[in-house]
Parts: sequence; C-alpha cells; structure tokens
Amino acid sequence: MTAARTGTAQSSLAVNPPAIEVEGLSFRYHTREEQGRKWTLDHLSFHVDAGEILGIVGPNGSGKSSLLKVCTGLLPAGEGQVRLGGVPLRKQSQSDIARMVALVPQEYVQVFPFTVAETVLMGRFPHRTARWWSLGIGDETANDLACAHQAMVETDVLPLADRLVSDLSGGERQRVMIARALAQEPNILLLDEPTVFLDINHQIEICSLIAQLRAERRLTVVLVSHDLNVASQYCDRVLMLKEGRLCRIGPPDETICPDILRMVYGCDVVVDAHPQTGRPRVTMPISVTRF
Amino acid sequence: MVDLVSSWANAGSVLTVSRWVTVIGGLLLASLAVLVLCLQFGATSVDVRTVATAITHMFRGDESGSPSLRTSEIIMVQIRFPRVLMGFLVGASLAAVGVTLQALLRNPLADPYVLGVSSGSALGVSLAILFGIGSAVMLLPLLPIFGFAGGLLALLLIYRLAQSKGRLPIHSLLLAGVILNAILTAFIMFITSIMEPNRSAGLMAWLMGSLTAPGYPALGVFSMYVVLVLAILMHKAQLLNVLTLGEETARSLGVETEGVKKQLFALTALLTGAIVSVSGMIGFVGMVVPHAVRLLIGSDHRLLLPASALVGGMFLAVADTLARTIMAPAEIPVGIVTALAGGPFFLYLLLCRKDRML
Repeated sequence: MTAARTGTAQSSLAVNPPAIEVEGLSFRYHTREEQGRKWTLDHLSFHVDAGEILGIVGPNGSGKSSLLKVCTGLLPAGEGQVRLGGVPLRKQSQSDIARMVALVPQEYVQVFPFTVAETVLMGRFPHRTARWWSLGIGDETANDLACAHQAMVETDVLPLADRLVSDLSGGERQRVMIARALAQEPNILLLDEPTVFLDINHQIEICSLIAQLRAERRLTVVLVSHDLNVASQYCDRVLMLKEGRLCRIGPPDETICPDILRMVYGCDVVVDAHPQTGRPRVTMPISVTRF
Repeated sequence: MVDLVSSWANAGSVLTVSRWVTVIGGLLLASLAVLVLCLQFGATSVDVRTVATAITHMFRGDESGSPSLRTSEIIMVQIRFPRVLMGFLVGASLAAVGVTLQALLRNPLADPYVLGVSSGSALGVSLAILFGIGSAVMLLPLLPIFGFAGGLLALLLIYRLAQSKGRLPIHSLLLAGVILNAILTAFIMFITSIMEPNRSAGLMAWLMGSLTAPGYPALGVFSMYVVLVLAILMHKAQLLNVLTLGEETARSLGVETEGVKKQLFALTALLTGAIVSVSGMIGFVGMVVPHAVRLLIGSDHRLLLPASALVGGMFLAVADTLARTIMAPAEIPVGIVTALAGGPFFLYLLLCRKDRML
C-alpha cells in the first residue's frame, strides 16, 4: 500500500507536481496543554495546481488563516504533511520555503519610517548572498534592485518609491506588500484577506492585479477571503472550510450555491449569475419577517 | 532598466554605500570635534593647544617642561581623557541598545531604562556589592556579569508579561516596564538601606547615573567589550530591518525569528549589564537619540545603528561635560542631566504623537 502510494506520487512528480499538496493535514494550537482540544484544522487533503488561483472561504474561526500559515511553515503541522513542489515542508528550511512561497499578511503595521523602496527591497532577504563578515552595506546586487524595480512596476507603486509606508492609504499599502512579496520571486503567492479593509475601487484594483500577476508571472495564488464574490469571480476553484474541515472544493459554480452556503454558514442567501461572467453572485436576502 | 532602477535607488529612498559613508564619516569627524571640545571644559578649563600637547605627550610618553603645563597634563591624561572617552562609549552603547530594543519590540519608545532592563542590571550589581563582591562600585570583571544576568532576567520577564497572543501591544509593554521598574527599584532601595551608610552613599550616587574616570586597563577592557558587541549588533542590522515587518512576515522571509530574538536579547542584556556596572542608570539616551536620528536619516538599521551610536556618544559626552561644569567644582550625576533632557521629550512623544504609535 505504501509502495503503491509512493509510486503514484513519483509518477505525478515526473509529469508536473502540484504547487501545493496537502495530505491528511491536522493542526491545533497549544498541543501540549490540552490533548483533548479540538483540531483547528481537521484532516484536510487537497492540492493546488501550478498556475491556479484557489480561494479559501469559510465562516469566522473556521481555520482559513491557520491553513495559510501551516502551508508556509509558520505554524507546524500536527499530523499529515504539506508538500511544496513535491518536496515535504519539513525537509525545507525557512529560507528554502521563502524562496518559493511569499505571504502577504492581513494587515501590516509599520511604526518606523521606512520608505516604500526599502520595504520592497526587504523582500530580497531570502536571496541575500552576503558573507558572514559583511555589515550589510551595499549588499543589494544589481539583480536585487532590478527585481524590486520590476515588482514595483507591476504593482504600480514605483511613483511612491520614496514615500514612507506609514503615510500611505490602505490600498497603496496593500500594493506595497504585494510588491514586497513579488520581490521574493516566489512560485506561490499566498494572500490573507487581501481586500478586507479596502473600499470598492481598491478591491477591484487588487483583484485584477492578482489575476494579472497569475497571467504574467505564472504564479500559483492561494487567497483567503471573507468575500464570497471575490472568491467566485477571481478564483479557478474555491475551497470551503467549516470548523477546520474541508466542506467542498471545486469550481465556483459547484461550490457557491445556496444549499452548500446554508450548510457552511447556516443562513439563506440569494445566489444568481453575474451579468458579465455568468459566475455565481451572492447577495444578502431581504428578511421576509420585516414586511 | 539599469537607468530606471538608479532613478529611485540613488534618490535617497534606499541606503546606498555613498550615503552610508557620507553620514558615518561626517559623524565620526563631528564626534572627534566634540571629544576635543569636551576635554577643554571642567573644574579647570584647559585651552585647545594644551589638550593637543597633552595628547601628543601621552602617546609619545615624554616629559614636558613647565610645571603648570604638567598639572593640566596630568588632569588631561589621568582624569579627563578617560572620563570623556568613557562617557562617549557609554552613550554610544546606550543608543545602540535602544535601537536594538526598539526594532526587536517594534516600539519606538523602548529604552533599557524605561523598560526596567537597567534596573534589573542595577539590582544584579547591587546584590553583588551587598555580598561583598567588589568593595568599590567599579572595576571588577564579575560586576558586568551580575549586571548581565539581572538585565537578561528583567528583559525576559518584560517580554513574557507584555506578550499576548503572539503580539506585543505598545502600551502593555510600557506598563509592564513601569511596574517592573518600580518593583526592582524597591529592591535596590532596600539593599541600600541595609548597607553601611558610607557604602550606600557611593551606591546611591552610582545608581543616579554617574561617570567617573576609570583607569586605563579598565577603560581598555570596557572599550573592547563595547566595540565587540556593537560589531555583532551591526552585523545583525539587516535582520533588525526585517524584524520590524512583524514576526510572522520576518519568518516568511526566511528568518529563524526565535533564535535571532534570543541572540539579540542576550546581546542587549550583555551591553546593558556592562554599561550599568560602570555608570549606573543613565536614562533616556537610548530612546531620545535613536528617535531623533531616525527622523533625520530614516529607519534602515544598517545606517541607523552606527549613526545613533555616534550621536549617543556625543550626546552623553556633552551631558557629562555639563554635569561636571554647571556646579563646578562640585559635580551632579549625569543621569540627572539626561533625564531632564529626555524625560520631557518622552512625554511629548507619548502625548502628542499618540496616533502614530498605536
């Protein structure tokens, strides 16, 4: 049985391994204190293909952000394993992972006056080649500068290069954080609630930026979102989490439908087709009892 | 592409080698000038030419002619020169510790004095003195080790107290520091109250933060110690930059944050222990100086750390010159001067710029 499984794993590796493979993954916080404690993530198995955009949705506390963190090695997997590009996460150092996966956190608070260019250049940290005696001055190679420049061009933050990050608006700061992640030259981009504090025009801006990056850089994107419509319109597949369990995974028109949403969120919603894309669109129903 | 890159890379938005060399070179020259100026002032003031001849004679080791020149030379060589240099080194270390703690705790108000790290070190040193390790306040190699242990314990305690859910809220950190400071100070006061009066008077003067003229062997050991720790901190400056992005982001950039944090805590406690064992509790240099320097040259720690160290050195050398001369021939503890300069600045930051720090 084991032999058969490794056999299939190897053959799939030979073709083109999925960007992320999650196998029987369980995770919980505070493993030592309460052994009987519920799993935050409960035996998840799925994979993300290279070049795909996967949306992770689910109610508050369903483990969306935790899943993202386990996939970057920020949180240790309790049981099961995660493979990035066919290699188990456990066998890679944090720097190895950083050269492959970039994470854009939900919010970014900077208390010190760093400029946008300085912040984006920090994304080159996993690629640094400085020797131990170096004091770090002038460590940036021409390639580092070129990568940062390219990332700033793609996210349209180049005009802001000398501004302080703390002086930017929410949408601008989010683009800077994406530029910082792109400077890492990752294959996989993970975003935690990329649109959460943004108004509608910045939401559109960030979402189309993500779609454009996937097309131009052939990035694999995993994004956690509260917004079912963002997941439906911009993702190839949607993964639904409920209380740490995988509820459904598939294309938006198979996952974003009223009965599944009722099961996951416990409420009724109106789902119709988006007039432009034909993909499912979720709206709040008008409560009948009010009339 | 290269031209496009240089449009922002050379426009002052990132650190370049030439900017680093200009700033650090300028500050080194300024430090030299300040040191020479500080050498002139004191209970007896000495003009620049005498300072210069004294220094050249000191290095050549030859005898000089006129007796009045010899007296001022002895003052220069035996007392003033080591003291000014000591003040510079202590100020530089305090500023460097401040910069490191601020980046590590992501808090622009962090300072070894405000957070109680200095009190921890002082308690360690006081205990050592109480149990008779070293009859003088200074110059025993064991004292910095006690200072280190006390400072490290205080720092770890603060960190555990203020941390909640993997975050370090700025205000809970300050609150924990204030309370820890009060408790540790109570212990130190208890120790001074059970000591013999003549010993406790010396301890009190030291606690208020005062510089004395060390002998050359002690000065040599202390400066080697300071230079070594500063060099290691400087080597970690790029890590400090990445740590300010937040711990999770730093880890996702490949930093093994747990190990780095432990190293940095140990280094800052080492340096604080050494500073406190020679100069007592000198407050606010570690907070005021990095803050002002950051406003002028930005936050990149590869430049901020050495620049703050040089400015901190100058600041304390000048403050100590004031402490020596204001009420000459009597001296006031330099800690009083720095607290009077730094305390109101701290309050200003806390009250007026609240919005920026939350």
